[in-house]
Parts: sequence; structure tokens; C-alpha cells
Amino acid sequence: MAPIFRWGFMGLVLTLIYIPILVLVVNSFNASKYGIKWGGFTFKWYEKFWNNEGLMGAALNSLTVSIVAASVATVIGTLAAVALHRYHFKGKALLSSMVFVSMLTPEIVMAISLLIVFMALGIKLGFISLVIGHITFCLPFVIVAVYSRLKGFDMKMLEAARDLGASESSIFWKIILPLALPAVASGWLLSFTLSLDDVIVSAFVTGPGYEILPLKVYSMVRVGVSPEVNAISTILLVVSLVLVVISQLLLREDK
Amino acid sequence: MNEPRALLILNNLSKTYGSNRVLDNFDLTIFDGEFFTLLGPSGCGKTTVLRMIAGLEDTDTGNIQLENHDIGQVPAEKRPINTVFQSYALFPHMTVFDNVAFGLRMSGVAKEEIAPRVTEALEMVRLGEFAERKPAQLSGGQQQRVAIARAVVNRPKLLLLDESLSALDYKLRQQMQIELKRLQRKLGITFVYVTHDQEEALSMSDRVVVMNKGKVQQLGTPREIYEQPANLFVAKFIGEINQLVGEIVEIDGNHEYEVKVEGLQWRLHAEHNFKVGDKVNVLLRPEDVRVEYIDDPHPDQYLVGEVIERNYKGKTLDSLIRLPSGIEVIASEFFDEDDPSFDYSLNQKVAIKWVPGWEVVLPHEV
Repeated sequence: MAPIFRWGFMGLVLTLIYIPILVLVVNSFNASKYGIKWGGFTFKWYEKFWNNEGLMGAALNSLTVSIVAASVATVIGTLAAVALHRYHFKGKALLSSMVFVSMLTPEIVMAISLLIVFMALGIKLGFISLVIGHITFCLPFVIVAVYSRLKGFDMKMLEAARDLGASESSIFWKIILPLALPAVASGWLLSFTLSLDDVIVSAFVTGPGYEILPLKVYSMVRVGVSPEVNAISTILLVVSLVLVVISQLLLREDK
Repeated sequence: MNEPRALLILNNLSKTYGSNRVLDNFDLTIFDGEFFTLLGPSGCGKTTVLRMIAGLEDTDTGNIQLENHDIGQVPAEKRPINTVFQSYALFPHMTVFDNVAFGLRMSGVAKEEIAPRVTEALEMVRLGEFAERKPAQLSGGQQQRVAIARAVVNRPKLLLLDESLSALDYKLRQQMQIELKRLQRKLGITFVYVTHDQEEALSMSDRVVVMNKGKVQQLGTPREIYEQPANLFVAKFIGEINQLVGEIVEIDGNHEYEVKVEGLQWRLHAEHNFKVGDKVNVLLRPEDVRVEYIDDPHPDQYLVGEVIERNYKGKTLDSLIRLPSGIEVIASEFFDEDDPSFDYSLNQKVAIKWVPGWEVVLPHEV
């Protein structure tokens, strides 16, 4: 009796969560344009997306922004995490709590404040502002991922390295970085995913000259959901899913 | 034996953390080639001394001289001194080989020289066939030996060991004690060992310094420290000891005194100078106390006590005996094969004495 309820309940929850996504994925392969009934299996929406220069351009822009933003955020974030973990300095506690604050800030608030900053500084909205904006919201995720990994280390190990003659830079390259690498990689992947499908911050800080995929999709949907959008969404879903799984695998304790 | 050569001289070291003075004008000379131990309870400053020698801790005052050179300003990575850490602190992402080779690579030893030296060091700690393993694949004792190999491969002038055996279980620890001692003799490197375990300190060291509250309590060979403790702290810290209170009644000259203890007068030897009327502590190791049946004939004087606890320890029988003054004395006796009836019953009255001269007489303190 009990197992039936348990499985039934779980099944219900999972269904409610995943049915919309499932419908979307299925419809991306549906030959019928309106998606109300099944019109046979097709790849034509994917082909249409592939041949749509505007969409492909936006996708390429998105990839560029995400790769650049994720990479810069990973470098800065890793160094910040090492500094927070290894050194004592004034304002360290404040800095580390600010990391969490910025993670919890509503995205719309961050979007508006970034926009104000860019306008105040006279930065033209476009690729540069977009990348800076994305770096900003990715950064705390990298810091948290790397920092929590570093915290698991035996600090004595770094002293042992010094004792054995390693300079500060050797300690970073030979000990800290190799050990933190899974977290660094996972931070990069997470940043990439966050950046790739961001809408809110992007909508505020990009300019008319630089279109990225999520915004393009958003503007397309306003005219009506086309099956092409289903195809794009499915691709984004798969990419995000794969990256998140990889990043979680990397973060698992290597045993 | 040759005149020992001073290798490391610590001069007037002090260190304060906040309001806590962990090290107080600490002086010490360590000789070349000896196995030296810093012994004391936790928080006595012994680890601080070790970290200062390694360069991992700054000194507030004083200086550190290695072979007559002040190394106070030399950073840890440049000192010809290596440490074996309590937690081993092996690099988990490197193989055993790379762990051991780390120091050589850092100091720029020629590539073709590294492999043979690492292999030699691993052979020395009998881990030759484990070179390609990761530390996580080794047992605690093996990791410990890797940590030792990683330190000695650099041929340091001084090897520091920070409670290096405390994480091991009893059996393994005993084994490693012997192994460490053997290694030290073979290498001829000066070892400075830190421990709170007095047994470990006594069995391994050439010389021991007993520390408490950042100060030297006594410096000497294990035997001197055990048999002639300089004060009550050392006496109590190194093994068990019985404490009787006495009073000087007569001075016989040449450090011989007539001392009244537990109502009887004894002729005792003391290194200290006392006046008549001074109160003293008369300290006796449990194994130096003799317990005898009271009915047997006794040519010498003895104290009478009552057995209040018997504790069978396998090798020895430990008895807790209360004297009329209320002081309780522990006597630790080896079993006598020829005396199968050797045992006491509770509340039995027994005679207590000790071998004259085996007591230690110190000024009275509580």
C-alpha cells in the first residue's frame, strides 16, 4: 500500500515539474506547426534554425559572450577565493559576506544598477557592457565553488610546501591550482550556463547592435511561439543540462 | 666521546598571542647529531618553538642561530631545515614519488639526480614499491613514512618532527619509535622531536627539554629527567610519582639531611641547600616503593599503611596505600615467580619502605 502512495506522489510531482519541458522537447520534433496534435517526427525546425542567419548570428554572439564572461569570471573568482582562503587582510569578513549578498540580489536589481553604472561611466551598451554584466553575476558562483573546495584542504599542506622550499608562486601553481582544478572547472561551466541563458541582465545592458540568443528568442515569442523556438530551447536545455551534470561530477569528492 | 658541537642556538625567544605569553625568554642549544625532544603538556609552547625553528612562525624577541649564522630573517623555504608534520600534510594529488621529489625539484636539483635520491629515500623507509601510489592509497603508518622520506631526502641540517607519531595506534607507534631512532642514527641528521608523550620522549631521545608555560623546566638526558627531576612539575609530568611532605631537622653537611617524614626521621640526600625547619617534598617513584608484610621481621624503619586499592596490571601489581597522615602512596611491584601468594587484601596493614637514595628531595611546593 505505502509504496504505491510514495511512488505515486513522487510521480505526480515529477510530472508537474517536467511535463512542460517534455511537451517543448516533443514539439520540437513535431511536424505539425501548432503542436496541438502529433504530425509526425521531423528535424525540420532544427534545420530552419540552422539556416536562419539572424538566429545563428545571435547564437554565435551568445557563445562568444558566455565563453569570455565565464573565463574572466573564473580567473578573477579563483584568485579571489585563494585570497579569501589563504591571506588575512582588512575587510576580509565583509568581502566574503558580500559575495553571498550579490548572489542573492534579485537579478532585476543587478540589471538596473549595472545599467546605471554603464551610463554613468559612458560605456556604450553592446558586447563590452554585456560581458562585464555577465562577469558580475557569475563571479560569486566561481568564488563559492573554489572557496569551499579550498576550505577542505589541510592548511598544513601549504606550510609543508613552503618548508620544502616552494615559493609563493610555486605553491599556487603546484599545489593550490591542481587541487582546486575540479572546482575551477565546475565554476567555469556553471558561469557559462548562467551566462548562456541569461535574459534579465542582458535585456538591460545590451545594445541594439549586439543580439544574443535568449533575447532574440524572447522577442520571437512575443509574436507567437514558433516551433523553431522549441528547437532552440531544446538545444539550450541539453547544453545546460550536460554542463551542469559535468560541473556536479567535478565537484564530487574524488574517491 | 667528542665535545658536542652546537648546531642550533635559540637565544631569548619570546612570543605573545594577545595576552597569552606562549614563550618566555626561551634559551636552548641543540647539538649536532643528537635526537633532541621538546616535551610538555599541550599549550606549553613546544610546537611554537618548532615552528620558529622551521621559520613558519615569527619571533617577538630573540634570535635563532644555525651553525653560528642568524637565520631569523631567512624565510622558511630557504632554511636547510625540514619538518614532518603531525597530520603528515602530504600532497594528495601527487604520487608518493612526486611527494618525495617535491623538495628536490623546488631547490633545483639536477633532473638525473632526483630519481635515484627519491628511490633511496623511499627504500630507507621501506616504501620502495609504493612510489606510484597516491597518499590516499596508503595506511597511516605508510603515509607517516612518506612524510619522513619527503623531509630527509633534502638532507636537511635539522629534521623537525611535530608530534609525528601521535596519530598512529599504540602498536604502530612503538614500532615507529624504534624505526625513527634507527633512521636518525643511520642518517646522522639532528632530529628535534616534539611530543607530549613522556614515554616516547624517554625512549627515543638523547636529550630532553621539559617545558611548561613557555619556560624550560629541565634539560637533560632521559635518565636525569626521570631520576632527578628538577622540580615538582617535571617529577609529576614524567611518569607517576608519590609525594610525601617532610621537614629538615638536622643538617649533616655535604647535602645530607635528617628529615622528618610521616613521624619518622630519615637520613636523606638532597641536591638543594636547605635550612633546619625547611619544608620539603620527598618524591618516590611507584616502582621504588617496597611493600612488605607487616609480620615479617624488619631490620630497618618503615611506614605503616593500609591497602585501599589493588590494581592488577599484568606485568605489575599496583597498590594504593593510605598512610596514617592520609597521604596515599602508589606502589608498583613486579610479580615474584617464587612467591605465588604475592598479593594483598583490601584494608590489610603493610610495611612501606624504599631503597635509600632513590628518593628525590625538593623544596616544598603544592
